[in-house]
Amino acid sequence: MPVTSAVKTLAQKLWDGHVVREGGDEPDLLYVDLHLVHEVTSPQAFEALRLAGRRVRRPDLTVATMDHNVPTRGGVRAADDLSRKQMEVLAENCKREGIPLHQIGSHRQGIVHVIGPELGLTQPGMLIVCGDSHTSTHGAFGALAFGIGTSEVEMVLATQCLPQNRLRDLAVTVEGELPLGVTAKDVVLGLIGRTGISEGQGHLVEYRGSTIRALSMEGRMTVCNMSIEWGAKAGMVAPDDTTYTYLEGRPHAPRGAAWETALNHWRTLTSDAGAVFEQEISIDAARLEPHVTWGTNPGQVAPVTGRVPSPHSDTDERALRYMDLKPGTAFADIAIDRVFIGSCTNARLEDLRAAAQVVAGKHVHSNVRAMVVPGSTSVKRAAEEEGLDDVFKAAGFEWRNAGCSMCLGMNPDILAPGERCASTSNRNFEGRQGSGGRTHLMSPPMAAAAAITGHIVDVRELL
Amino acid sequence: MEPVTRVTGRMAPLDRADVDTDQIIPKQFLKRIERTGYGPFLFYDWRAKGDFVLDRPEHKGASVLLTGENFGCGSSREHAPWAIKDAGYNAIIAPTFADIFRANCYKTGILAVTLPERQVRHLVDLASEDPTAEVAVDLEAQEVRGDGFAYRFEIDQFARDMLLNGLDEITLVERHAPAIGTFESQRPSWLPSSS
Repeated sequence: MPVTSAVKTLAQKLWDGHVVREGGDEPDLLYVDLHLVHEVTSPQAFEALRLAGRRVRRPDLTVATMDHNVPTRGGVRAADDLSRKQMEVLAENCKREGIPLHQIGSHRQGIVHVIGPELGLTQPGMLIVCGDSHTSTHGAFGALAFGIGTSEVEMVLATQCLPQNRLRDLAVTVEGELPLGVTAKDVVLGLIGRTGISEGQGHLVEYRGSTIRALSMEGRMTVCNMSIEWGAKAGMVAPDDTTYTYLEGRPHAPRGAAWETALNHWRTLTSDAGAVFEQEISIDAARLEPHVTWGTNPGQVAPVTGRVPSPHSDTDERALRYMDLKPGTAFADIAIDRVFIGSCTNARLEDLRAAAQVVAGKHVHSNVRAMVVPGSTSVKRAAEEEGLDDVFKAAGFEWRNAGCSMCLGMNPDILAPGERCASTSNRNFEGRQGSGGRTHLMSPPMAAAAAITGHIVDVRELL
Repeated sequence: MEPVTRVTGRMAPLDRADVDTDQIIPKQFLKRIERTGYGPFLFYDWRAKGDFVLDRPEHKGASVLLTGENFGCGSSREHAPWAIKDAGYNAIIAPTFADIFRANCYKTGILAVTLPERQVRHLVDLASEDPTAEVAVDLEAQEVRGDGFAYRFEIDQFARDMLLNGLDEITLVERHAPAIGTFESQRPSWLPSSS
């Protein structure tokens, strides 16, 4: 076990708690508590494992789902041949290795970063990895969680461990009350607008402050989810009563005496007073506004009350060309064709409720095609129990099955070239939602408002 | 993995910052279940628009890719370095790389080398003015050398050893099986099992 120094950040505690073997001429060897697997980044890892004659060391600490390329209507038959093949290969690999799989059609299927928390598999203090960069989502529970490549997936399958070099600590402190119409998404978009998309490189980020404390688990997940969009390896929030209330009673959460023991440990998972961060960023929540991206990376973002900015770099110029936008255009004058409410960033029950509140009693603009894609089959079911599906359908939204859907366009849900989309997802990269498609990232209420008005709009005008 | 000690050849200048992995290999090409065959789809959408710098005749056959800061940001897809390697680039030089992408490069046997902005600028200018100019990216000496210059670079020493010796990292970790077993036996019992 590692030596323990007196004063530590949360990230240092989480790191130290997972060191199997420390440094020397090798990186620290970390033990992985939970390995999440999906169909797109795992087939080559399983194949290499098989060719080397290795087996999965801990199938009981591994869980798989199908999310990236599942069709959100029509079931597996609606998938193209290659996607179906990937899903079949995942099912075969899981069967051979004894890994629990929530496949398409099962009642627990969903986006990998939505089902981990809702099943109670994501818990404070854990080290969680997945072959997906948005694994940082799980940091919302006070876990150390980050995305890995396929070779690292193979490493974890074989050894349940991962050699990693230590990273630097960064704190983002958000203080104050969020104004009406401003959400967790706007906190993180506002942050990225300030830092740019690479400032987090080489860092583990802890989000703290009264604003973060006041966020629900869903909101904290939205913030942590987008840590990678400003380059951070992981983002996390220290667990508190909000975390424990969310977790208690979930299928994989500890029960009885084990719950009490776990709770005693979890309560130690905070940054100690006087712990030193290499860098600290402060944000005043009261001054935040609803944000919207105008370019082709998440750092090209501004308050919705503003205008498309003048370009400051080649990157900006290329972005404006791709987005077909002129500097000085008011955001509210940008008409949209599509609306996507979904993704691992914003497709949990609370997100759907917030969008439904804006939509209720109104109708989707005649020029807009809008869809809601719940993050998991459980979210879909819960939303239907509340009648949210009726609200969306009555307004003219399509109500789909769970999956990554149009966040990344690996399935039938894609933008046509030139289509402009108000999206609650996490990336507005060129072609991300479909070749030639144009993405404006925003919060669920903002996307819902855009669906109603047919253009980008300040949601506060509709509240 | 084959040992990688040095990459020598011509340079292709992709003079852009913040190139994300969605551009390097668009999502529609992530559906293969193999590690190979991605080369033709490298920068697919940019190439489809025509006159893409890497497709210009004078840069064909280059083995060193030059690019801007934060290269490889976004998605963790290892298909990105697979596609780069498949297309014949065995080294990438940039001022900075996204963390996951750089790790994926090392696993793929690509020398991802960081140099200060002005040195990268010199190389980009050189490759643009004289596309036949060659450099050697020497991992052993930790230098990028060309006609009249030698730029020292720093690299993670463990990654360097792995690349130079062509070691299988899993085999290395398996040497620590006793420590892994001990750690495993001491994990708290409340931790969840997926089964």
